[in-house]
Amino acid sequence: MTALRAAPPRSRRRAADSVGVPWRVLFVIVLVAFACYFLIPVWWLLVASTKSTGALFSSAGFWFDGFDLGANLRALFAYQDGIFWQWILNTLGYAGLGAALAALFSAAAGYVFAKYRFRARGIAFAVVLGGVMVPANILAIPLYLLFSQVHATNTFWSVFLPGLVSPFGMYLCRIYCEAGVPDELLEAARIDGAGEYRVFFSIVLRLMSPALITVFLFQLVGIWNNVLLPLVMLSDQRTFPVTLGLYNMYASSSSIGAPKDIIALTITGVFVSVVPLVIAFLALQRYWRGGVAVGGVRG
Amino acid sequence: MTVAPAPAAAGGAGTQSPRRRRRPGSLTWPAASLALPFAILFALFFLAPIVYAVIQSFLASRSGGLGLGPPTIGFAGLDNYVQVVTDPDFGAGVARIGLFAIVNIPITIGLALFFALVMDVSSIPFRGLFRVLYFLPYAIPGVVGGILWAFLFSPSLSPYVQLLHAIGAGTVDFLSPHVVLFAIANIVIWNFAGYNMLILTASLNALPPEQFEAARIDGCGRLREALLIKIPQLAPAIVMTVLFAIIGTLQLFNEPLILSLISKSVTTTYTPNLMAYAEAFSNNNAYLASAISVLLAVITAICSAVFLGLTRRRSAS
Repeated sequence: MTALRAAPPRSRRRAADSVGVPWRVLFVIVLVAFACYFLIPVWWLLVASTKSTGALFSSAGFWFDGFDLGANLRALFAYQDGIFWQWILNTLGYAGLGAALAALFSAAAGYVFAKYRFRARGIAFAVVLGGVMVPANILAIPLYLLFSQVHATNTFWSVFLPGLVSPFGMYLCRIYCEAGVPDELLEAARIDGAGEYRVFFSIVLRLMSPALITVFLFQLVGIWNNVLLPLVMLSDQRTFPVTLGLYNMYASSSSIGAPKDIIALTITGVFVSVVPLVIAFLALQRYWRGGVAVGGVRG
Repeated sequence: MTVAPAPAAAGGAGTQSPRRRRRPGSLTWPAASLALPFAILFALFFLAPIVYAVIQSFLASRSGGLGLGPPTIGFAGLDNYVQVVTDPDFGAGVARIGLFAIVNIPITIGLALFFALVMDVSSIPFRGLFRVLYFLPYAIPGVVGGILWAFLFSPSLSPYVQLLHAIGAGTVDFLSPHVVLFAIANIVIWNFAGYNMLILTASLNALPPEQFEAARIDGCGRLREALLIKIPQLAPAIVMTVLFAIIGTLQLFNEPLILSLISKSVTTTYTPNLMAYAEAFSNNNAYLASAISVLLAVITAICSAVFLGLTRRRSAS
């Protein structure tokens, strides 16, 4: 009796501090089920990319049957005289270089908006903020119409240049700069005779590097996700990013009477484009979280 | 958008005056030039296409008299808009998007909220791992994820069709007219549920922890804590994720584009954005395509205005 009477405060504390064991088991089962939902497509992709065309259509989808990943990769990189390499290179240009420059430009503009007062600053910022809300897909067709006016479609630039603007990045950089770059430091540097460029490139940029990485990542995904823009702009295969190349491969594989080999090639191509992303994503995940926490704005 | 370096000239006068020590904050040319690349690119690749599309949407190409002679381009007033709005295909596309939103958004945000709340309980094992795994599909580009799922839906390859067949559920066709919309919804949920979860997790982490201790001392269980304390405080974040989901839904394009290759049920006018694409490229009617794009942008702007209004009210309270 006494033991029971002594028990309640402790057990109530424990119960309140955590979830009961049955609930915990239930939650873990549900979480594992959803983990399967999110991961099974990736698992299937891994398995499918190791199969020959024959095995792909004759074996069970979720398990291995032979191991032809090497042959599939060779076939993929030999496809149309190695055009896949060209697509990878283009993607590095569009998304990698584009996102890096977009982050730099965003940081510079965000710094000016954060640390200087000028006429029309409020309106200008509101316009940019409005830009955050405009989805890239809606801009693609107007951009195409504009570029075709100056006969600049079907060029590297037609996809690269629009990717250099990140209103979201500018917004994020402004917030970050207001909070993370102390005015005293800037003032001290100026008194020491540093010019504006020097202040920005050697002090501000360094202090803003976490924001820069976050903007870079978001813009990278933004450019890399936007297939409508290259789809409308580009017709020459040699200018394609990987995504559009894969879309074209998929389109030809799904047309009637297409050789079945191209399906295996497409699957291998999808696999090759997913693997580095997953690795990069896992390696950089803390920056993702930072970006989501600070910005929380991005459809 | 211009960055006007107006006060610089006034500050630069008289180098010997006390003004020489520059007031922090007034813009000078070197500093303004830092914002120039962004300003120029924004004007060229953000504002200009919008303005151009608006202009185009009020124009139309008319064939010359009796169908002879070159077509002339003239002001068409609201003709394009009337044509779009009264087009039954456009109406069907908007209705489809509406149905899609009703199915997709509650599931996506509901799941995201559930994940965020469950993983907020510290005694759940491996919650960090689960969080990363759930967010993983966001790293896979929409088109690539779409192609991946298209394989998973295709009758000849799909392991899910195999599996359902093996357990005696018959042959399921994910691409049939009434199912394919849900197949698209599935791709979007797979892609974005984890992302929304992270937004909600970030807001959860920002809540002051003292209130939870107080609630626990009062004997409040975890479930009541989640329902009565956490969810009400997450409301602004939930509203935000819902609005972004609406904006995302309005521009739905990649997934139906890919499934249109393997499903006859997904037509070229399946969503408004697909319709704009078809108008611009299959029908060569840039004016009508512009009108559709502008309409979509306006609807998006209305949603954004609602969003801004809500956040303003939130920060005011």
